[in-house]
Amino acid sequence: MSEVVVSHHDEHHDHGPDKGLARWLFTTNHKDIGTLYLWFSFTMFMIGGVMALIIRTELFQPGLQFVDPAFFNQMTTNHGLIMVFGAIMPAFVGLANWLVPMMVGAPDMALPRMNNLSFWILPFAFAMLISTLFMEGGGPNFGWTFYAPLSTTYAPDTVTFFIFGVHMMGASSIMGSINIIATILNMRAPGMTLMKMPLFVWTWLITAYLLLAVMPVLAGAVTMMLFDIHFGTSFFNAAGGGDPVMFQHIFWFFGHPEVYIMILPAFGIVSQIIPTFARKPLFGYDSMVYATASIAFLSFIVWAHHMFTVGMPLAGQLFFMYATMLIAVPTGVKVFNWAATMWQGSMTFETPMLFAIAFVVLFTIGGFSGLMLAITPADYQYHDTYFVVAHFHYVLVPGALFSIIAAVYYWLPKWCGRMYDESLGKLHFWLSFIGVNVTFFPQHFSGLAGMPRRIPDYALQFADFNMLSSIGAYIFGFSQLIFLYLIIKTIRSGEPATDRVWEGAHGLEWTLPSPAPYHSFTHPPKVTDAEAHS
Amino acid sequence: MKRSWIKGSALAGLTLLAGTATAEELSKYNMRPGVTEISHSVYDLHMLLFWICVAIGVVVFGAIFWSIIHHRKSAGHQAAQFHESTRLEIGWTLIPTLILITMAYPATKTLIAMYDTGGEDMSIEVRGYQWKWQYKYLDEDLNGTFGFFSSLATPQDEIHNKSAKGEHYLLEVDKPLRIPANRKVRFLLTAEDVIHSWWVPDFGMKRDAIPGIINDMWAIVPEPGVYRGQCTELCGKDHGFMPVVVEVLPEAEFDAWYAEQLQAEEVRKEALSKTFTTDELMAQGEQVYGTFCAACHQPNGQGMPPVFPALAGSAIATGPLDAHLDIVLNGKAGTAMQAFGKQLDAAQIAAVVYYERHSWGNNTGDIVQPSDVIAHTSGQ
Amino acid sequence: MTQPAKPKMGKTVAKLCLIVVGMFGFGFALVPLYDMFCEATGLGGRTGGQYTYDPATMQRDASRLVKVNFLTNTNDGMSWDFWSEKGGVRVHPGEVKEVKFFVHNPTKRRMVGQAIPSIVPYSAADFFHKTECFCFSSQVLEPGETLEMPMRFIIDPDLPNNVPTISLSYSLFDVTDMAAGKAATDQG
Repeated sequence: MSEVVVSHHDEHHDHGPDKGLARWLFTTNHKDIGTLYLWFSFTMFMIGGVMALIIRTELFQPGLQFVDPAFFNQMTTNHGLIMVFGAIMPAFVGLANWLVPMMVGAPDMALPRMNNLSFWILPFAFAMLISTLFMEGGGPNFGWTFYAPLSTTYAPDTVTFFIFGVHMMGASSIMGSINIIATILNMRAPGMTLMKMPLFVWTWLITAYLLLAVMPVLAGAVTMMLFDIHFGTSFFNAAGGGDPVMFQHIFWFFGHPEVYIMILPAFGIVSQIIPTFARKPLFGYDSMVYATASIAFLSFIVWAHHMFTVGMPLAGQLFFMYATMLIAVPTGVKVFNWAATMWQGSMTFETPMLFAIAFVVLFTIGGFSGLMLAITPADYQYHDTYFVVAHFHYVLVPGALFSIIAAVYYWLPKWCGRMYDESLGKLHFWLSFIGVNVTFFPQHFSGLAGMPRRIPDYALQFADFNMLSSIGAYIFGFSQLIFLYLIIKTIRSGEPATDRVWEGAHGLEWTLPSPAPYHSFTHPPKVTDAEAHS
Repeated sequence: MKRSWIKGSALAGLTLLAGTATAEELSKYNMRPGVTEISHSVYDLHMLLFWICVAIGVVVFGAIFWSIIHHRKSAGHQAAQFHESTRLEIGWTLIPTLILITMAYPATKTLIAMYDTGGEDMSIEVRGYQWKWQYKYLDEDLNGTFGFFSSLATPQDEIHNKSAKGEHYLLEVDKPLRIPANRKVRFLLTAEDVIHSWWVPDFGMKRDAIPGIINDMWAIVPEPGVYRGQCTELCGKDHGFMPVVVEVLPEAEFDAWYAEQLQAEEVRKEALSKTFTTDELMAQGEQVYGTFCAACHQPNGQGMPPVFPALAGSAIATGPLDAHLDIVLNGKAGTAMQAFGKQLDAAQIAAVVYYERHSWGNNTGDIVQPSDVIAHTSGQ
Repeated sequence: MTQPAKPKMGKTVAKLCLIVVGMFGFGFALVPLYDMFCEATGLGGRTGGQYTYDPATMQRDASRLVKVNFLTNTNDGMSWDFWSEKGGVRVHPGEVKEVKFFVHNPTKRRMVGQAIPSIVPYSAADFFHKTECFCFSSQVLEPGETLEMPMRFIIDPDLPNNVPTISLSYSLFDVTDMAAGKAATDQG
């Protein structure tokens, strides 16, 4: 690393942010961009949430009451797309922007201008996607997995906007990932070796590589769709010698790693939070890193477990079943390590810790149903039922989303220099916790009893569970308004926070003042053992 | 509070299972054991998986809650500082691996049994359409014999909450698939348009019906009865409205029904070249109308505007015959009117069109014969 | 010391961009890879192209009779009639069998059709050889025209013993527009 750059940096290290709108439009500051990502993600979370509530309202009782089946399909599709690409992924990128430079002892991200671009693509991509709902023929209605030929030959005309939207989201993710990898590989403070990095940085490094590997494949898949729809090719059209099943293979080659893209950073966050509140170092740091890497590797060879029912030779079914079961091993290691970190600790239960513990328990329940889904013969019964809906919502809502909320509570005092209202935070936690379980636990039952997913109306035997689910969804959805209120209240009038914020917190970000200065480390910090990993 | 809640949710399934619930009540909370040998082994596999997960859950969550209660700061617990143990890491890598092997073994066995599609007693082609199923029976020599469409029979009134919902709401069809008990039936799955998925939970198998690609599965059902399922792959607007109903008949009863159908098929084929009297057309037309059209256009021909237009006095039903035949055969894009060209034969089309042109005050006076319909489709 | 020299950063970024470009290419490479994989494993019931063999090497296995049945379907939007002379046949492995298929174009326009074959069980796809098939190319039918199309196949004597029945499905698609588009680009 060069001395020259340091002096160069000193010349203008204390210049503050621009004023007004220009600050946000042209910012290249990792904290500003992180903030933009997080607010964007929250907005998308609210929009996707409204769609979820429309879905749950229709499903409150059997019969068609509020929306027609065509619009219902648009809601399920857009809810999925917006939550995955608009809420969860940007939130993680936002957290990475805020935290990675502070955690590795860097002044900013490696490629600040690209950072600005990768954020500002997103609002346009989603504005385009959401605008299709108001166009003639309606928006995408083929599920977030957009299987051909429903998404090609039989798609509404707006599918082209959807394709360009996905291209833009992909470009944004790819640029974000390049930035994160370049920052982690090249901008660590002296002494911050790879195996001393906080786990959040580690999990993001691996996630970024996953993104680089699979977002281009998704881009390829939608490009092929575009060609099939407009230029007469037959990638997925059986009539011209293509194969609709191949679409599913390509999609899930992207899709399965994508699932881990949405959970690995969550593993990192929880691995930061639990040691802090257990006042005990993270158990098995090395094995955590290796487990993350193995999960990432395995994610490339299990994709076809999403499509056991399309029909495959026996050997193929067995291979994908065994490979999928293997993922339980490194995932189990992580859960055991978190449990071991809490064991013999001196725990306190502030809001971030509550969300983190809920994450461990409820994610594990989602892991259990995942393991059951891996078993091919049983999967024939579970596939495309509400059992699957329950499964992936357990890993994504109390999984990925809870980890993001936990992260916000955990680092918010560092970001804005003010403490949040603890009792309001706890209220938010308990309502969310109850809401999530009331929403999604009954879906295991309706799925096992035979209710298919993505249907706007259902047989009478599923009525009780659906009503319960809808009530839970309202509790969960509206309790997020508490979160919004709490964040605004903290920013405007919270009590001043200390630099360390939490008694048991370790890591370079806690050595900075609260709120963190506009440029994180203008002089590289000294990495002591006490501040290394976790 | 937290502890009791999580335990409550994790154990909800358990208490329900352990209680005195009957099989009927059980199926509300758990996978249906089903009626075939395969579905029973799938159910056993499912329960094995479930209990293994419960056991692991009790250990892991138990450890976490033990720490939460006993190793909390407010209880005065001092934090230990250990942070690694190679022995433990190896232990909790190896033990789960062994558990996985105990799961993989029965799973592999069941899967191999499922793949044994040979030696069937009869084959039936199952074809998915937006949004109904078509069943075609193949005889001993695998020649196609007869076939029919099977679509949702639940009235629109029930779906739109205008009348009380029946017992089998959304799980009832106009014409169920009939198969014999105790015989190995092979299902050959294909699709007309998009991907569908054919699932009867009680048979323990599900397979996608994919355009251009054939799939197969099989079932031997020992118990006569009616088994209900649904399409399980998103296939567009009415994905939720294309149930699968299979009626399993005792063997002798099935054989009698099958023979009857073969005869009816002969009669149907003859009808295509027959010339009917107006009374015959009216009678047959009323029947077809009642089955295929009345749900939307209503028995009195008044429809349910604006979605389902009235036929009484409509421009189509009182206008040129060709346009009328065209809309019945090919449907109308962008509306709820589907194409009946593949579902109804020329005799049925002729009768229903004649009926529509001479009912509820309509009286065009023209006669429609099967030959007219054939001529229309042939474009002559 | 907080920022590396530019060349190092440039190198990292260049490498990462290479991954992106490579993976985008890989997405497209999956198409031929998938085809190869399908033909090797019979995934999707794919059968190979035209089969040529030396009759001397093909042993007729008189001890076994395999049932082969044919499903003929026209897909959405295809108005042709499509049928086979027989729904099924019983053949000895190693013996050439011919079955006639028919298509009829009842419409008033010239149309192009393409039949897509698919076989179950997948384990049989590798052993089902077609020496002649209408599915190798598309068919052009004038209005009202009927075409008789022979299909000749031979079942490999190596067919696994646990396969007593093979089902061969043909889905007939309307490719008139596609063919017109292709002709236009060929000329252009």
